[in-house]
Amino acid sequence: MQSFATKAAFRFGYGFAEGEAEVSDVEMLLAQATDADAGIATYRGPSFGERAQMMRTYLEYKRAAKKGDAEAKPLLRASNKERNALRAVDMQRVFGRAMYSGQGFRERLVFFWADHFTVVPKSRLEQTAWGSYQEEAIRPNVNRSFGDMLVAAATHPSMLLFLDQVRSIGPNSVAAKNNKKKRKVKGLNENLAREVMELHTLGVGGAYSQTDVRQAAELLTGLVVGPDGANFLPRWAEPGSEAILGKQYGGNPARLDDIEGFLRDLALHPDTAKHVVTKLVVHFISDDPDPALVDELTRVYRNTDGDLPSVYGAMLDHPASWVDLGQKARQPFEFMVASLRALGISRADFDAFSTGQLRRGLTLPLASMGQPLRSAPGPNGWPEEAEAWITAQGIASRLQWALAVSRQLGGDRDPREFVDANLRELAGESLKFAVAGAEQREEGLTLVLASPEFNRR
Amino acid sequence: MDRSRRKFMAQTLALGCSAAASPLVTPVTFASVPTDNRLVVIVLRGAMDALDVVAPVGDPMLAKYRPNLSKTKHLDLDGFFGLHPELGELMPMWKAGEMGFVQAVSTPYRDKRSHFDGQDLLEAGVVEVSSDVRDSGWMNRMLDLIPEAKKDTAFSVGRENMLLLRGAFPTTSWAPEGRVDLSPQAQLLLDKIYSKDPLFAQAGRTAMTLAAELNTAQMAMSEDDDAGMNDMVNQMKEAANAQKAGGLAAFAAARLKEDTRFATFSIGGWDTHQRQQRSIRNASRELQSALLTLKAELGSIWDKTCVLCMTEFGRTVRENGSQGTDHGTGGAMILAGGAVKGRKVYGKWPGLDEADLYARRDLMPTADLRQYAGWAVHDLFGLAKADLERDVFPNLDLGDNPKFIR
Repeated sequence: MQSFATKAAFRFGYGFAEGEAEVSDVEMLLAQATDADAGIATYRGPSFGERAQMMRTYLEYKRAAKKGDAEAKPLLRASNKERNALRAVDMQRVFGRAMYSGQGFRERLVFFWADHFTVVPKSRLEQTAWGSYQEEAIRPNVNRSFGDMLVAAATHPSMLLFLDQVRSIGPNSVAAKNNKKKRKVKGLNENLAREVMELHTLGVGGAYSQTDVRQAAELLTGLVVGPDGANFLPRWAEPGSEAILGKQYGGNPARLDDIEGFLRDLALHPDTAKHVVTKLVVHFISDDPDPALVDELTRVYRNTDGDLPSVYGAMLDHPASWVDLGQKARQPFEFMVASLRALGISRADFDAFSTGQLRRGLTLPLASMGQPLRSAPGPNGWPEEAEAWITAQGIASRLQWALAVSRQLGGDRDPREFVDANLRELAGESLKFAVAGAEQREEGLTLVLASPEFNRR
Repeated sequence: MDRSRRKFMAQTLALGCSAAASPLVTPVTFASVPTDNRLVVIVLRGAMDALDVVAPVGDPMLAKYRPNLSKTKHLDLDGFFGLHPELGELMPMWKAGEMGFVQAVSTPYRDKRSHFDGQDLLEAGVVEVSSDVRDSGWMNRMLDLIPEAKKDTAFSVGRENMLLLRGAFPTTSWAPEGRVDLSPQAQLLLDKIYSKDPLFAQAGRTAMTLAAELNTAQMAMSEDDDAGMNDMVNQMKEAANAQKAGGLAAFAAARLKEDTRFATFSIGGWDTHQRQQRSIRNASRELQSALLTLKAELGSIWDKTCVLCMTEFGRTVRENGSQGTDHGTGGAMILAGGAVKGRKVYGKWPGLDEADLYARRDLMPTADLRQYAGWAVHDLFGLAKADLERDVFPNLDLGDNPKFIR
């Protein structure tokens, strides 16, 4: 018999951690998602604007150094070092919030939404900006409406850069006409328009056509990245109105509000409701979701205009969300966070990690397990099926890392107590027997972390 | 501890923590497939631009649609088509008749132009996206039809678990960097822990076996706390190069020289929405390195090898506003290997007049790329046409044999 606390910890959280209050009921679990964001209070990085400024400074030094300015060279080196360190520290912040915020459900939701609205940094600017995307577009909207999240994510500079919106210009816009020869950018790029409909909202089976994609691409023109964030340039916008999914948007002059209006309409579309709640259920509960659960969440989504806390609440209230664990496999990030929590590394020790340790201990192992966090395979994010993760290569990397962290952080932990504390009633007699039979403590701990009971949820 | 176990432990201690002493390592049985031919499928993710890689430079319309992209100096192939210069090192392969192309092919996928659906159809080998599209790939279903095919017969290389090989028939997947440093005793315990969970049992056993078999360098146990992590990291750094296409190809070649007959991996980076002249460079170099590595490493086996490089769809005929191209329909396939009748661009060329385009924007597909994959399998492994049309590529009419296998 699996307890409520265990199911809540595995299905909706990052497992157990010593000294953390146990979740006793649905209200307490939901409050983790609806209360103020505790993670951001402790781990917050620079804003997009500050990061963009870092890049401008770097480019200045680079230009100066190229011209032979001797003083610029050490500054350039320092700037490179600063941005490299930022990459490691951004990773530390993502892990730190998931490990220590005490709001496991909220943190799991943040991962889910960041994956739903995947960005994959390509350029130096995008790499530098990476950490700000989750903090600015995803986290503040986890307990708001889907429309709020969509507007924030689809218009964040990281998304505009990733899906080439910054290179799309109305073919009949003022800028295109005035600068036909000089300007490199002089036409539509339909990447963002397509992915917003296909991946973020309606779903690929949704009621849109190539014409809708084209029209949406025209509507989105003018949306660019300014020095401190997204910016709207009416001179870049395609004049006239666009018909998308049977409704007219925009006109003269082109306005940012029209784009937001379009996104908010998309958020309320019935196909979006179905697509988004199905993904939520697939991520948290089962690859083969209970149709009754999906229908109920779709209904709640539509009745509340996509109010996310209401949708989460309906999910937690539904009996189909509390079937026994074991339907899904923990993805590598989740596995690593849960392992580090189980091993009980203190915040002080974790915060003291050097950038080298962060790279060796977090970034590279994640990649080896198949989930380099910054480079999802595409804008559709990470796969959900257990078969995609529990491969020979995936298991070998989980084992290698588990062994390394058990040696490094396991201390004097007794594997027999470790299995009871972290797997509770999920640990059967044969697992307990095997763990007790290991010749060394760290191998006993490794067996617990590598067990199917720890890696499934 | 009984005597045999004591003896066993003494032996393993003598070997240090050598994974080669793993009790899980079983001698590999060589799978004898009735023919000696090899098939390598490289999935080019992101939608390779057929009109830039195998550019129809002889068509005057090309420059009209692509004022910037057509400035690229393509290398003449046959007087009409030209090869992208970033693939220039493949010219000797083309001239030797070991490389060819198929123009204007596609999967049955139309209109929505989603990478992910497109790739799913490409790897599943079916006509329509459905809820079970990700259950099995065409290469896996094909293995069922090959007498005496075994688990090692087909190999997927790299960190991703390719849909192409997914399915009921057991296959193997491994990345060049994989290794396991658990003591033999802990490996036995782990095997016990995994025994009740088939997914973990299968993955765990393969991991131990391959780690032992493929890594001769062993890790020394150290008292230093950070040693495990450092060692792991050093191996990963070495492995970073192996993750590149050349590394994957070298690893695939090593397996193909043994009992493996089918290998697959993917090369990404083809989604060239902006500044294509620049953005296509990396992906092209990776592809070039993969093909050159396969030829070099396979040695005499290269003569029995057919490499098919396929992509989910082509790209728009017109360049877009950012000197790139958007998602299209008809695309190209690349054929390589000594088993291929190369130095030829196969396929029926539809032309570039606006009326000849698909939806007035994309290259019109004139054949299903599954027909070419099907005939390759037919000629290389002697599979019956009827079986291919029923089980491997359901509802496909294979049509006439384009006869591109020697």
